[in-house]
Amino acid sequence: MHPAFSIIIFTTLSGLGYGLAALLGLGLLDPAQMATKAAHVIALALIGGGLISSTLHLGNPQRAWRAFSQWRSSWLSREGVLAIFTFVPLTWSAWLAVFESRWEPVIGTAGTLLCAITVFSTSMIYASLKSIDSWHSPWTPASYLGFSAASGATATALFAALGGAESLWPFALGAAVLVAVAWAIKLGWREQTGRPPLSTPETATGLGHLGTVRELEPPHMTDNYLTREMGFRVGRKHARKLWLIASVVGCGVPVVLLIGLAVAAGAPGGAATLVSLAALASLMAGILVERWLFFAEARHAVMNYYRGQLS
Amino acid sequence: MTSLPRHETPKKLGLVIDLDVCVGCHACVVACKEWNTGGYGATLSDQQPYGADVSGAWLNRVHGYEVMPDNSDGVVIGEAGEARVVHFPKSCLHCEDAPCVTVCPTGASYKREEDGIVLVDEDKCIGCGLCAWSCPYGAREMDLAAGVMKKCTLCIDRIYNETLEEVDRVPSCVRTCPTNARHFGDLADPTSEVSQMVAERGGFDLMPEQGTRPVNKYLPPRPRTPLSACAQPAVEDTADAAGFFGWVDRMLDRI
Repeated sequence: MHPAFSIIIFTTLSGLGYGLAALLGLGLLDPAQMATKAAHVIALALIGGGLISSTLHLGNPQRAWRAFSQWRSSWLSREGVLAIFTFVPLTWSAWLAVFESRWEPVIGTAGTLLCAITVFSTSMIYASLKSIDSWHSPWTPASYLGFSAASGATATALFAALGGAESLWPFALGAAVLVAVAWAIKLGWREQTGRPPLSTPETATGLGHLGTVRELEPPHMTDNYLTREMGFRVGRKHARKLWLIASVVGCGVPVVLLIGLAVAAGAPGGAATLVSLAALASLMAGILVERWLFFAEARHAVMNYYRGQLS
Repeated sequence: MTSLPRHETPKKLGLVIDLDVCVGCHACVVACKEWNTGGYGATLSDQQPYGADVSGAWLNRVHGYEVMPDNSDGVVIGEAGEARVVHFPKSCLHCEDAPCVTVCPTGASYKREEDGIVLVDEDKCIGCGLCAWSCPYGAREMDLAAGVMKKCTLCIDRIYNETLEEVDRVPSCVRTCPTNARHFGDLADPTSEVSQMVAERGGFDLMPEQGTRPVNKYLPPRPRTPLSACAQPAVEDTADAAGFFGWVDRMLDRI
């Protein structure tokens, strides 16, 4: 599948935003701190920015409002509706933190729950597509939720350090554990992509009873929408290297940094902030590569009509 | 509404494509483009139509496949068994469980209750492309100029069009096919010509494992005489030559 830049940015940034907002909703950070107030605003900005970015790949973005109408059948529509709905408790919580320096448990946890459901519905857009084997699995929502929680927890640790939280180690350790869990889920996701494909050139043409089917004459000599959108080869060519880069940058580095932060929790605030910022930056870089691979490596059933083995 | 019709549609209009007869001339592809660029909805735009990197939206495409039987060693040999070239037209199959309809976030994609035709309401389409992702057959292509999704309408502006002569009230691809490889009809009616054809010839679904329940059916290529079983031209055999030619044959042998 073609890795559209706008969708990769949207899913990673809004994943981070929802993860951070979900943990802020649990009241883990002191709402009187300047850093916590900033965290609320930044979470909303990440979510909003991600949503706006997701409309950039539309052919007719001026009609995007229509996407709120088909929540009965469409996960994309559900995601849109839930995203708007989730803004209510999140904005409310942010208002309370920024202007009244307090945290309201009911509104906060309602926001947390809605954040999780929204990220789930984002992932179901992909997991519901039977035409793409590697996405059509419960591992897909699990890994989206895992990365959202991991990036949110790392961002929470950063804002805890910024706010000079008295005991920083639970934030750092919690984030390290969530990052490790997210990548463990992703490893499970990668394992399931090794399943034999649901469809083959033989089932696609119905000619399997006669023998092996190979494309002889393609219907068009240059690329078309289908081959551009559903076939993408660069990702597969470098998949192993990119996966290694993603796991080192996205998992190894942040886990080491966060555990270091937990161990040296008594260190001065400035250093703690820098280390947690480095952990978050590294994690997000790793998730970006992972998300790029998620699209670039995905093989669409229609490619069975187009020299399946090549694209 | 992008939910599928709750009950079986009373009619299931669709195509039956005969893979035994198609010669891969692409006339249906061109006729489809010609009719639909001036018909239902936005024109079917092309990008750089006169440039080096031509591309555009088409609703019907003809692939060509070679089918090669494996021998016992797993080596593919071109002249054994049923080896053959199959021309393979492909357009929207108007599935009963059309995933492209249910994924649509705006209600632009829908399946008609009365005849089962899957259509796009282009005034509602936002061009997100998710329907094209959900279709395992590649039946939908984005019109890059209009930013809306295009697909086969089964020439809805022909088949019910009473200003056309009755013979023309079939999809453009069917009307134009010079070898009669494409047939149009109601596949819900077991007595229809298309349903009978499917029953007699063992018409099949593409990718049944995707669970889309396509309405369009494909008829398999008929069994073919393998090359090895064909009568060999008797160029060197003059055993049955008699009369004058027998005499010439014997004389020339002696020289």
